[in-house]
Amino acid sequence: MADGLRFSDLRKTFTAESGVVKALDGVSGSIEPGRITGLVGPDAAGKTTLIRVLADLLKAESGNVDRPRGHIGYMPQKFGLYEDLTVSENLALYADLHGLNRNEREQTFKRLHQFTGLAPFGDRLAGKLSGGMKQKLGLACTLVVAPAVLLLDEPSVGVDPVSRRELWSMVRSLQDTGIAVLWSTAYLDEAERCDHVILLHEGHVLFDGAPADLTKKFAGRTWRIPIPADNDAQRKRELQRAGSQLPGVIDAQIQGRALRLVMSPDAPAPQLPNLKAEPATPRLEDAYLAMLDTRPRTPPPVEPIENPTFGHMIETRNLTRRFGEFTAVDHISFNVERGEIFGLLGPNGAGKSTTFKMLCGLLPASSGEARVAGVDLRTERDDARGKLGYMAQKFAYLGHLTVAQNMRFAAGVYGLSTSEAKTRIEAAIADYGLEQFANEPCGLLPLGIKQRMALACAVIHRPAVLFLDEPTSGVDPVTRHEFWARINAMAGAGMTIMVTSHFIDEAEYCDRLAIIYRGRVIGMGSPEEIKAKHDKTGEGLEAAFISLIESYDLEHPQQ
Amino acid sequence: MTRAVDPQRLRGFLRKEWIQIRRDPSSIIVAVILPMIMLFLFGFGVSLDARNQPAAVVIETSAPEAQDFLASLRANKYIIPRLAPDRPTATEWLRSRKVMAIIVLGDDFGERLHRADSAPIQVLVNGTDANTARLVSGYIQGVWATWLVDRENVSPCSAPTPINVQFRVWFNEDLDSRRSIIPGLIAVIMTLIGALLTAMVVAREWERGTMEALLTTPLTRTELLLGKLIPYFCLGMAGMTVTVLFALTVFGLSIKGSILALVLASSLFMLVVLGIGLMASTITRNQFTASIIALTATMLPGMLLSGFIFDIRSMNKVIQTITYIVPARYFVDLLKTLFMAGDIWAAILPNMLALAVVAALFIGITARKTTRNLE
Repeated sequence: MADGLRFSDLRKTFTAESGVVKALDGVSGSIEPGRITGLVGPDAAGKTTLIRVLADLLKAESGNVDRPRGHIGYMPQKFGLYEDLTVSENLALYADLHGLNRNEREQTFKRLHQFTGLAPFGDRLAGKLSGGMKQKLGLACTLVVAPAVLLLDEPSVGVDPVSRRELWSMVRSLQDTGIAVLWSTAYLDEAERCDHVILLHEGHVLFDGAPADLTKKFAGRTWRIPIPADNDAQRKRELQRAGSQLPGVIDAQIQGRALRLVMSPDAPAPQLPNLKAEPATPRLEDAYLAMLDTRPRTPPPVEPIENPTFGHMIETRNLTRRFGEFTAVDHISFNVERGEIFGLLGPNGAGKSTTFKMLCGLLPASSGEARVAGVDLRTERDDARGKLGYMAQKFAYLGHLTVAQNMRFAAGVYGLSTSEAKTRIEAAIADYGLEQFANEPCGLLPLGIKQRMALACAVIHRPAVLFLDEPTSGVDPVTRHEFWARINAMAGAGMTIMVTSHFIDEAEYCDRLAIIYRGRVIGMGSPEEIKAKHDKTGEGLEAAFISLIESYDLEHPQQ
Repeated sequence: MTRAVDPQRLRGFLRKEWIQIRRDPSSIIVAVILPMIMLFLFGFGVSLDARNQPAAVVIETSAPEAQDFLASLRANKYIIPRLAPDRPTATEWLRSRKVMAIIVLGDDFGERLHRADSAPIQVLVNGTDANTARLVSGYIQGVWATWLVDRENVSPCSAPTPINVQFRVWFNEDLDSRRSIIPGLIAVIMTLIGALLTAMVVAREWERGTMEALLTTPLTRTELLLGKLIPYFCLGMAGMTVTVLFALTVFGLSIKGSILALVLASSLFMLVVLGIGLMASTITRNQFTASIIALTATMLPGMLLSGFIFDIRSMNKVIQTITYIVPARYFVDLLKTLFMAGDIWAAILPNMLALAVVAALFIGITARKTTRNLE
């Protein structure tokens, strides 16, 4: 068996406009052959920098890397594919660059085609492949020469759960041949599947070992309190509030129809009136959360939100959008009630972003109806905009402006008067705990603070409906839990929340979900209902999602 | 250690570049169509000649020579005479830019013509457009001189012929500045085209994340540079060919020099401008910034400092010195020589040498800046 790759005390800093960033601050570890090592951490933890140093694309300022003999395969985040080349042309290019002769080539292509299942798509342009297929092709291009070490930088970003599962089994089979694999991810559920994890946080190694070794330290500290099915969403939020104030609680989160609690060591079992707490298996996320110094903040209560309509807050009837021949959204109908957190879940390219844009009034529908907060989007699009807030993926903000200036800008955009803006901004700065950052340029601030600011900006005008686009993908668990606690508080005050995501973990925070696939709603209901109906194996929402998609594909084969 | 150039790797990389060019026709459009459009627009738009200029003619005399002179004004294609009833009307026309000049034949026209001691005609020219004004006054003088000569031939005892009036006409027989502009224009256009062609190509690899993947393969720096230069060199030369053919057919130019010299000069120049684009692309790693740099670094100096429109010898010393670092200067000179004068090697070789040096400089800098890692 080949040697692994070892590295010790790696340091690397970057000088950005905003100052010096310590991307790696004394990182050590190893990637051993025959196993999958997960490199786990939120965005900006230093994952990509570490991988690039290991691939010899960046030079560390200090520290050592011991590379084994043999080739190091590296798949960058965008897979390194030429989108204007076909599948075969991409493979041929990498074969030429690696100097494969005619014989080796044929064998290699045959092996890779078999391995990836890309054989029927040889003449398709890489740019026309789905996210999952691109990723397989990217992997195939890195495997043209069998590597001793395979470095994968966030291979599962933007890939639907079905393809993600296939990728896992492909990499598993590689691992059996004795390759050392490094798989970086921001998703903790994915990290749990690795044989070994290196948990990175702000350039430091927080943990290095088997996931089970970490979670078992937290045995007895995680609890689950099921909430009876007859309870409505608002009751669930009250329980979450009560739960987070129990003695010894580090974190309290709604997960489907249960409350999940992480307790400090030696804390008594949590108790809520009339409800029974049951011990839960600790997860990597719980452990990660408990290891960080900061705790999620409990948000202050939110004043009740005005109700602009008596009907549904969001209502779509046969909403359709075509782009030329292609129907991106195909007769979608659903209703969202006041104070509900509603999720649009689906793989990339399924049509959720198009639906979302139509509901925000950014894109006109081809046919069908859509009403948001009582306003018909066909006729009064501009009226609707004042009633809704929007937080974009990777939260858009003006990096050179201070936190307060960003808020003033948002207030101006949403048309608040100067005096109104002033009181709202003061209140928001206090509510979101941004006092010490108010006059700092926000480009410099940590991700968690930026996230808080982005949310504060999106709701500065107290909208009736809030749209969130993958709000917490790639953020650390403390930030994520705090964010969802705030969202729950707003929903409790009567704000209607609409979320799009392809990230299963985010779906668990929703009251109700619509699963969008190939432009249609293929499943709808609460996370519990969807799991009960479609998850035969009891593995969770992701399994339910996969089985829904697979059965839809079976019933509606694509031409 | 891998070889600097491995035929299989280079071939594979070239094939990839060629497929990309074929699939995205924008570079073919930039190389072949854009120069033709630019040559067409500039060629017909930028003209240093003033044709069909209206001029008011005030005739206050009854002398028969006045009508005779008017007839020869009419016969001329540069001036369109318009008869004005009196001087105030003509002045009004000049003010409102209906005419570019006023020609006054006073009531003593006949008398002065015979006396020959003072100018028999008075010419007023609108000076707001200095260049056109100078040309118009030149044309009028020309017509006057020709008329005088003709008249002298008819009646040989009259006034002496002014000898210096024919000066301008002598230099540029059909008064067509296009012939001298087009070769320079080709040089300026090809500067822009060449730099634009390569400005995107390296930056695109960075932006799309493919450079990262390339860097983990054995592809060498030399192969990368050759792989980028060879295809765009071919495209650029194709554009050059089309542009020259366009100039020969549409503008009726002819090449006095040899094709070999033209190909040699163009090749050297193409390497210079491709080098500029490649350098911008390699250093900025951003397609937008690189193309802006390529545009400003080539177009502006190409227009102003290459001697294409403005004669370098009439610039001040400092600016003259600066023009030596403008590669288009050498190519403008080369093309003017090859199109209008022929293979004058004494004029051609120093320019070619200068281009070779500049090409080596830009490509050398690009090679130095081409790293094998992401730093």
